[in-house]
Amino acid sequence: MQPEIPQYAIETRDLSIYYGPFEAVKNVDLKIEKQKITAIIGPSGCGKSTLLRAFNRMNDFVPTSRVDGEILMHGTNLYSKDIDPVEVRRKIGMVFQKPNPFPKSIYDNIAWGARINGFKGNMDELVEQSLRNAALWEEVKDKLKKSAYELSGGQQQRLCIARTIAIQPDIILMDEPASALDPISTLRIEELMQELKKNYTIIIVTHNMQQAARVSDYTAMMMLYEDTRSGTVIEFDDTKKIFTRPSDKRTEDYVTGRFG
Amino acid sequence: MARFSYPEKQDLQKFVAARYRKAWIWQLIFMATLLVAIVSLAALLLNVVDGAFGYAAFEYKKDPAQFSDKPIEELNREELLAVLQENLSTGAYKKLDNESPMEKRSQIELYYLVQERLLQVDTKATYSLFDSLFNRHEIETEVGEKYPEARLEFRYWLTPAFVTSPMSSRAEFAGVRTAVLGSLWLVGIAILFALPVGVGAAIYLQEYARKNFLNRLIQTNINNLAGVPSIVYGMLGLAIFVRAWEAFTSGAMFGITDTNGRTIMSAGLTMGILVLPLVIINAQEAIKAVPDSIRQAAFGVGATRWQTIWSHVLPNALPGILTGSILAMSRAVGETAPLIIVGASTFISVDPSGPFSKFTALPIQIYQWTARAQPEFHNIAAAAIIVLLILLLTLNASAILLRNRFQRRY
Repeated sequence: MQPEIPQYAIETRDLSIYYGPFEAVKNVDLKIEKQKITAIIGPSGCGKSTLLRAFNRMNDFVPTSRVDGEILMHGTNLYSKDIDPVEVRRKIGMVFQKPNPFPKSIYDNIAWGARINGFKGNMDELVEQSLRNAALWEEVKDKLKKSAYELSGGQQQRLCIARTIAIQPDIILMDEPASALDPISTLRIEELMQELKKNYTIIIVTHNMQQAARVSDYTAMMMLYEDTRSGTVIEFDDTKKIFTRPSDKRTEDYVTGRFG
Repeated sequence: MARFSYPEKQDLQKFVAARYRKAWIWQLIFMATLLVAIVSLAALLLNVVDGAFGYAAFEYKKDPAQFSDKPIEELNREELLAVLQENLSTGAYKKLDNESPMEKRSQIELYYLVQERLLQVDTKATYSLFDSLFNRHEIETEVGEKYPEARLEFRYWLTPAFVTSPMSSRAEFAGVRTAVLGSLWLVGIAILFALPVGVGAAIYLQEYARKNFLNRLIQTNINNLAGVPSIVYGMLGLAIFVRAWEAFTSGAMFGITDTNGRTIMSAGLTMGILVLPLVIINAQEAIKAVPDSIRQAAFGVGATRWQTIWSHVLPNALPGILTGSILAMSRAVGETAPLIIVGASTFISVDPSGPFSKFTALPIQIYQWTARAQPEFHNIAAAAIIVLLILLLTLNASAILLRNRFQRRY
């Protein structure tokens, strides 16, 4: 039998996520394409971030959280017993909602992650390369030793992206990466995402429908079950299709602003 | 009549005025409480200062003129040294020289030596600073009537020599060096024990422990331990460090045979246990103040928990941990009760030579001096209190400086 060549970057099978007895996300089946941008949209509290954080096992830090079903990355279940979450996070990087650089120099922000992951090579080159790829190099090349906290919010967020791509993950998760930024910084992040998708698979959670429509190739629409208050993906398709002729009435109401 | 209404026009004016009156009364009450606090503190300070300076009537067994043509207090260092060399026996001089080289002693130290060894001074009466300042005339008449032989001198009980002199059975020449060194040794051992143990416990509780019943119980107990009366820790120290661990705390394990378990080591460890809950709680607060977003960022780039703690949590919590530890140290410096139980020496004139020597500490010294009948001991007790207060203020000030210097804004 031919070895199965995994077609998708991430595939979830009947995925449910629990916080204690509460089922926050229910029965999600997603197939996320490689080197594409997939957006997850939906009203507040429908489990978008929970789903995103399940992909790199950040939910492990919530003591009561539990996962049912499978999340496959290149065909391996990320939640099987012999998988270490630290390895998962090396392969699946994350950019957070609020820019959170380390209280260290710009240089060390990038070098630290590389160092702890056993990077061998020229650190200066890696730092420059990562900052260039994050479209930040020109702005910070003369102050690499300065504290990252001296940068503006948008620059900090791009630094966080540089920090993430420095450890060469396969997938980058972005949890509303531009929601704390002004429109110009937001635009720069969006342009950057288009560059990054040449090399990385990107999954982005966003509240901003225009943003999802602008940047993503695929869109997953999430919604709450009225009775159990659990979130689930009600529609997953080409972004164009989701925003022009969605098959679900609730999606149509949401993307046209008649709901939520 | 309307079902809902508010005061309007004149009623409104009256209503607002009444509210201001009420606020004003509360403000007065708060100011009064502040005033009470300030007055009590000022009274405390004045009381101490009042005792530490003032006139004292000295009687000399020998006539000063016998040793020098000039009054003794006007002699300079070299002249005092010459007087001592001439009039002390060679053996006595050598002994003093061995304790600390005579050539290096200050003018005031030599002056005290002349008073002690040659003039053989005897304090007949001492007066407080306020009496000395405002009732000088009455003091002079009183001394003239009661002690016709005595000389009246304005005495600074707190002098550099007081800080650098060892303990003495004569209040006029006693100093707090032994006690200050004892206190520093105690605090040093206490913090060497409490800092690593306390920070370790805090890291475990904050970063590793799950929120289960057992850990909540431990946390509650640590919080309660911080409020346990210090004398209880003294009992613990006596039972464990002085008695059960005598082989270790007396230094017998290391070949030291001349002491029992009542050593600096016992007292230091007791103090360490005493401040441990404070260190843990302060370190926990400092660790808690490191924002979670930084931990998430570290985990997000594939760090293990320990890498996250070592590279991000601890460096950012360090100023807070140190500040808390210094405050814990200043608590230890002022503690008396556990030291009495663990067995501080009542009279000891040699400096502590290491962790296994007998010791005394500043609060113990103060306590003993105030319990003496002779009034001049009360004066040096006041002076020792000022030394203790300065030590405490220095510690607290360094804690504040540290906090301001390294305070981070995220």
